[in-house]
Amino acid sequence: MPVAKTTQTSPRAQRPRGCDEDVAGLGGGRALLFVAPALTLIALFLLFPAVWTIYLGLTNYRLTGLAASATDVVGADNYLTTLRDPSFWNSLRVTVLFVALSGVVGQSLMGFSLAWSVRRLGGWARTALESVVLAAWVIPGSVVSFLWIALLDRREGTLNALLHMPGKAWLIEHPLAVIIIFNIWCGTAFSMQLFSSALSAVPPSQLESSRMAGASGWQQLRDVVLPTIRGHILTNTLMITLWTFNTFTPYLLTAGGPGRRTEIMSVYIYKTAIPGGHLGRGAALSVLMLLINLVIALAYMRVGRSRR
Amino acid sequence: MSNAISGGKNAAEATWIEEWVIPRFKEAQKNAGREVDVIFEAQGVDDEDYKTKTALDFQSGKGADVVSLDGIWIGEYAQADYIKPLDDVAGAVAGSWDGWTQIPEAIQGAASFEGKRYGVPQGADGRVIYYNKTLFEKAGLPADWQPTSWDDILSAARAIKDKVADVVPLQLNAGTAMGEATSMQGLLPMLMGTGQHLWADGAWAGDTQGMRQVLDLYKTIYVDEGLGDPILQQEASGRDTSFQEFAAGRIAILFEGDYFWRSVINPAEGVGTAPMADRDTVVGYAKIPARRPGAGINGQDYVSMSGGTARVLNPNSADPELAWELLAFMNSVEAFEARAAGTLSISPRDDVNAKLLASDPMLSFVSEHVLPITAYRPGLAEYPEVSVLLQQTTLDVVMGTGIDDVMRSYVPGLEGVVGADAVTSGN
Amino acid sequence: MTTALSPGRTRRKAWTRALRRTAERIVFVTALVLIGALFALPLAWLLVAPFDQNPTMAVKWPQWTLSSFQRLMDNPYALTSILNSLLIALGTMVVVIALGTLASYALSRVRIPGRDALLYAMLLLSSIVTGTAAMVPTFQLMNLIGLINTHTGVILVLAGGLLPTVVFILKDFMDSVPKSYEESARLYGAGPGRILADVVIPVARPGIAFVAIWSVVQVWGNFLVPYLLLRDPASQPAAVLMYTFYTESGQADLRLISVFALIFALPVLLIYFVVNRKFGFRFYGGIKS
Repeated sequence: MPVAKTTQTSPRAQRPRGCDEDVAGLGGGRALLFVAPALTLIALFLLFPAVWTIYLGLTNYRLTGLAASATDVVGADNYLTTLRDPSFWNSLRVTVLFVALSGVVGQSLMGFSLAWSVRRLGGWARTALESVVLAAWVIPGSVVSFLWIALLDRREGTLNALLHMPGKAWLIEHPLAVIIIFNIWCGTAFSMQLFSSALSAVPPSQLESSRMAGASGWQQLRDVVLPTIRGHILTNTLMITLWTFNTFTPYLLTAGGPGRRTEIMSVYIYKTAIPGGHLGRGAALSVLMLLINLVIALAYMRVGRSRR
Repeated sequence: MSNAISGGKNAAEATWIEEWVIPRFKEAQKNAGREVDVIFEAQGVDDEDYKTKTALDFQSGKGADVVSLDGIWIGEYAQADYIKPLDDVAGAVAGSWDGWTQIPEAIQGAASFEGKRYGVPQGADGRVIYYNKTLFEKAGLPADWQPTSWDDILSAARAIKDKVADVVPLQLNAGTAMGEATSMQGLLPMLMGTGQHLWADGAWAGDTQGMRQVLDLYKTIYVDEGLGDPILQQEASGRDTSFQEFAAGRIAILFEGDYFWRSVINPAEGVGTAPMADRDTVVGYAKIPARRPGAGINGQDYVSMSGGTARVLNPNSADPELAWELLAFMNSVEAFEARAAGTLSISPRDDVNAKLLASDPMLSFVSEHVLPITAYRPGLAEYPEVSVLLQQTTLDVVMGTGIDDVMRSYVPGLEGVVGADAVTSGN
Repeated sequence: MTTALSPGRTRRKAWTRALRRTAERIVFVTALVLIGALFALPLAWLLVAPFDQNPTMAVKWPQWTLSSFQRLMDNPYALTSILNSLLIALGTMVVVIALGTLASYALSRVRIPGRDALLYAMLLLSSIVTGTAAMVPTFQLMNLIGLINTHTGVILVLAGGLLPTVVFILKDFMDSVPKSYEESARLYGAGPGRILADVVIPVARPGIAFVAIWSVVQVWGNFLVPYLLLRDPASQPAAVLMYTFYTESGQADLRLISVFALIFALPVLLIYFVVNRKFGFRFYGGIKS
């Protein structure tokens, strides 16, 4: 397919990756100076609380009651208790399903498709579509949950009225499907924008030359766009995974129920730490979640590296 | 600091503090020759969040001088050394306060821990049965109804089911989605009606006869006879929905606190969240009966559950004597009278109630007939977790699990929370 | 190879191609309309409930009234809370953009030992700190350094939590800036600071705009951090105030919440469109690689 031309169209030769090459003559010293303010802030307000949390995970700490005044270090007890708790395994299973379907598959694909599609749309249509997608994203979870409860209400819900299925209790009969779709609805805007930004950073000269070489839309996508934005795809998938792991909004819709069928990890941690009062165990759970996320991140890095 | 904010949650309390308490207290202090300044830290958020914030405040040696707490937290906070008995913080002056003689022992108990007063209770509420007289009439039931046993309630619900279409006969809260409402308005008043305390002599009720009778009642209502709506018990917004359904005349019998009367179906402009214009003529209320006459705790015929807030002194206060003066001032007769100008609720003081509640027959009813027979939750740090387990048992029953199986998961769960030697089973 | 084709066949071929293109177009448009409808449907409640006398969970034809707006205007904190939200959100945005741009550029261009591991570690730790368990350490830390009850404190805590993600995303954008631009800028004698300001930032602008909006959205809905770190209700942002529209037993006051939700959502949408208009998704032209 690539036609030999003076301007290189082969993406491999042309990939504009500036990493690791100090073309601007920054130098190590100045680079550190650039990084220092951000690192200071992170060390103080992120690292320090995080390390403290890891320590709390080794204690029986509670916010109130006897364990608040006399906190004991219990070592790995919290971890052992957790691993013996069937609810933990249930929440892990639910979370994996939830993250895979609503985050990695749903949000990323939907986001990319939208970003790719709206490029070809005219002004008002694009604005309208972007606006509704964005509105879903920017309206805070506390409000969004009302919108969805109103949508899915058993007796007077909009959805049942539209489908002529009065009395169908979506939140009880298909709770996991509902929170998966709900989460796609809430989060697609992030991927859409990230990919929109990424697509607009693809040098147009390259697209033009591949079009002149007779490449179809799909071919442009495959040969020019995807290689250029591969870093973004990886970042997007990683971010979405981490956030979907951490998202708490579905709690407002189902409170983890019915039973424990939508008790994702963040809800399980919340129930343990706040109403249950076991802050120590909650901290241990956060660390466990971090380890799970670490495994996922390593897997992504491996994929990212192997394709470079 | 208090969990109230003007224009939001508990707005009436916030307004009262800002517009009555603070200016009057300053004036009183000025007359005594002291210049004081009082700052009100309004909160008005979810109780769990408020609890977190107050706990963090106490823990870090900060916080307001006078802090509102839910009575049920007093024990946990005392155990954590966050708060101390009033006599220790403010000295003898707190013990000799003349207001104590007006506050019944039981209500004082709701702000006490291990026999010591930690705060001044702010009032009490009680649980009753609400019923819709219009629907009762359709089913041929009396408009003036007072059941004397669980069977009376069930037979009324059956009559509704037979004669009135498209109405849920009975709403007895169940499930984890309703949270504490399931314990306070559902399982616990029923448990009291079997003569079984949740916590007595250092042990919690495990697989007891009383617990089984209560779960069996749930099974009758939701599984065997379809007198309640089992799906509603699982919805995250189930409690709000039940309020709206009752207000719309689609639920016949509902177990709730007096809060339901004051703040939910209240027809006054902008007060009720599910207002009923004809509340006073259509909605009846009755005491919650024991399982059989005389079968309740202490041999009672009727039972109820109560909770309420308390105001405590912060041990970190720079001027504890002055803080106590403010607290006592907030609990004076005049203060409660001013407070009632906003929204009327039951005060902790007999003298105030005698004077003010006459205008509201419902609150008088609770104050005179329900509070004397009511029970309180055990104010221990384990209670919130036990409560969640109790909610789970009702959920399991409603979902169709057999009572033996429910017990098989409830008892180990309970032992995991409170320890195996603090669980009573049998009898 | 067109010589052997009869004119009729060419026409037919052109016609089928046109038909196919139209069909594709129809499918494409229908799909987009459907997706748009799916996203718009839940929002219906927000357009109806604020104007209803007694809003419920149902979307129904309202008893039109503006009384809820009236009630919200009577709330002493409503307007200030929106201003506080703007202050905190824009403050956090400025901090993370400034620090994040510098850091991501340096990380993108200079191989600092252990760079990738550092980035990933920070990113993963940021997920711990957003959890409920970390609020005790955060609260105590703010007490220690005396930033309790200041907007500055809230901004710094939020920025610390967001920075790893911001650096991560921006680094991707910095990576995709063709280095030939910087080389040529250097030939003309520009220093690193100049290059960053005049060459790299304009090219990475869509990314910066995106991160700016993202951080505003993150801050806008955040309840727990400002709630725990601020004492005075007059300094609380809208996300906290939103939670005060519940009754004593946690029932939502839909009248106030629906109106406030509407007012709450508008500034963020506005910020989005302003940022987009000004810095957003435009193809950069001018410099040819």
